[in-house]
Amino acid sequence: MTKAILPPTDSRPARGGRGFATFDDPGTPLLVDEAGDPDFVALQASGDFRELRRRITVFVVPATCGFLLWYLGYVALSAYAPDLMGTPVWGVINLGLLFGLLQFVTTIALTLGYARYARRKLDPQVDAVRSLTAEDQG
Amino acid sequence: MGGNTAINLGVFGVFVLITLYIVYRAGTRNATASDYYAAGSSFTGPQNGIALSGDFLSAASFLGISGSIAVNGYDGFLYSIGWVVSWLLGLMIISERLRNTGRFTLGDVLAFRMRQRPVRAAAANVTLVISLFYMIAQMAGAGALMALLLDVHSKVGQSVIIAVVGIVMVLYVLVGGMKGTTWVQIIKAVFLIMCVTLMSVFLLGKFGFSLSAILETASRNTPLGPEVLQPGVRYGGTPTSQLDFISLALALVLGTASLPHVLMRFYTVPNAREARRSVVWATWMMATFYLCTLVIGFGALALVGSKEIAAAPGGENSAAPLLAYEIGGAVLLGVVSAVAFATILAVVAGLTLTASASFAHDVYANVIKQGQADPRSEVRVARLTAIVVGLLAIVGGIAANGQNVAFLVALAFALAASANLSTIIYSMFWKRFNTPGTLWAVYGGLGSCIVLLAFSPAVSGAKSSIFPDVDFAWFPLSNPGLVSIPFSFLCGYLGTILSKEKADPAKQAEMEVRSLTGIGSGLR
Repeated sequence: MTKAILPPTDSRPARGGRGFATFDDPGTPLLVDEAGDPDFVALQASGDFRELRRRITVFVVPATCGFLLWYLGYVALSAYAPDLMGTPVWGVINLGLLFGLLQFVTTIALTLGYARYARRKLDPQVDAVRSLTAEDQG
Repeated sequence: MGGNTAINLGVFGVFVLITLYIVYRAGTRNATASDYYAAGSSFTGPQNGIALSGDFLSAASFLGISGSIAVNGYDGFLYSIGWVVSWLLGLMIISERLRNTGRFTLGDVLAFRMRQRPVRAAAANVTLVISLFYMIAQMAGAGALMALLLDVHSKVGQSVIIAVVGIVMVLYVLVGGMKGTTWVQIIKAVFLIMCVTLMSVFLLGKFGFSLSAILETASRNTPLGPEVLQPGVRYGGTPTSQLDFISLALALVLGTASLPHVLMRFYTVPNAREARRSVVWATWMMATFYLCTLVIGFGALALVGSKEIAAAPGGENSAAPLLAYEIGGAVLLGVVSAVAFATILAVVAGLTLTASASFAHDVYANVIKQGQADPRSEVRVARLTAIVVGLLAIVGGIAANGQNVAFLVALAFALAASANLSTIIYSMFWKRFNTPGTLWAVYGGLGSCIVLLAFSPAVSGAKSSIFPDVDFAWFPLSNPGLVSIPFSFLCGYLGTILSKEKADPAKQAEMEVRSLTGIGSGLR
């Protein structure tokens, strides 16, 4: 936690190709350049990174489209179909209020769902990509 | 109102003293730029999540939303929903990538693979404009709140109060930096949530734990009758007002995760996983809070009644304080007033810090000194900026005192969604996006939003406008988001494809890998 955070600029231009394998290298060669810095172009093309990107897309794109549609649909219904939304469901609680409360429920559910998905599917994959570099050693 | 000014002032004074002491203790080791801007990235996810909700829940949400529900019923409730749902965007798209990519400000992210100077200058401009608008609204709100809570009715008295708020908040920022300010947010958020939860539980208990019973009693205490539970009281009727409503909803849901002071909070945690946890915590806090405002808003209608709310000084904003007085007497009113006041103080302190960081880090260190600034002098500039921003906010707040401030808050959301969202999304997801595209999107969104607003009914030509007596409005919607947000995306697209500049593929690779994994950021 006390590690210095590197500034985002002034990094050396990434060089193509893989880094040198040295004697004490593990089996797989690291995707780093001669200076030991991550080779981002090679990392971006690596199978592990593409799998990470795929897993993120598979969850985030449908989830984002879904919640935006559900929310904007609810707003549009409230604006253009007030009579439908005013239909009583339980006591004086009508369809609109019920949908409104459901927005809270779906938001919490999606938040927890994403947190769980990220813990199980994304974090291990992030670690897999990170292990391609010398980032977590030393 | 039957409140006791001495109790109100006493509770509030105690709050200020306690927080100042904590800020003083937290801020003693405030030496480096990282400490000042990002609290050394030392907060945990839950701590930052509570602070996020503290930063976000302004007095406008507490008094304004519960009042709006008490007056407009269903249509007031829709604000709450937008603000809760909006955190999903922050969770799934913004928070982790921002934490991995940047260091202190939004400019770090936007300028990552672009030409530094113009993009950073643009990011700083947007941050300063949004923060100042938001801050002036809060300060002006403090004046109105004091009229209501402390029985201060003279303009001079209110100006003194606004100045005191400004001075205390600058003290928070100067002494405590980000760490001190974060602790203020945490304390205030806990107080606020406890306050609304206890009030809601009490109300529910009074009505036999039946929400339906509260709503029914509420609908009998308003001239609107059962209509108050249905959509359309505030935004129904004409096609323009319906569109306006959609536009507002869009700005609410897209604006939250683009507000600079919310974005900056993600840098106070050590890594992307903690950033994610902080949004999860913030979402829980938001959902609890806004569910409670529903109960409090309708509860105020049920127990106090719309006639008394409308007649009170401060109008609909007084719904929650009146309800507090009704159920807990002068002491509870004192507590609620102090919490509301603390809320303004904390939110304004967060904004001041964001504005000063943006100026010192983006403009001074990277544009003027071209990245060669000595970190100590950068922090000194940030502190000086905080004082200047504080003065501007005091002057602006005194000038705007008594104005319709709701539009300033809505404008801040629309501005954030128009100027920041498109550039963040493009720079993360579109390989070809380049410097001209960034500048077009930022200035196109910012410019169109301000121009449309200047010629909207929020500024002139309607009873609730700032200038009700003149009419130069030609844009029909009070909320420009519906037009300016897509316009900003269009500008970013056109600016990119019409320019000859090529995006740097190596930088793009670095940004994409870094934003998703944190490789190269030094974070674990």
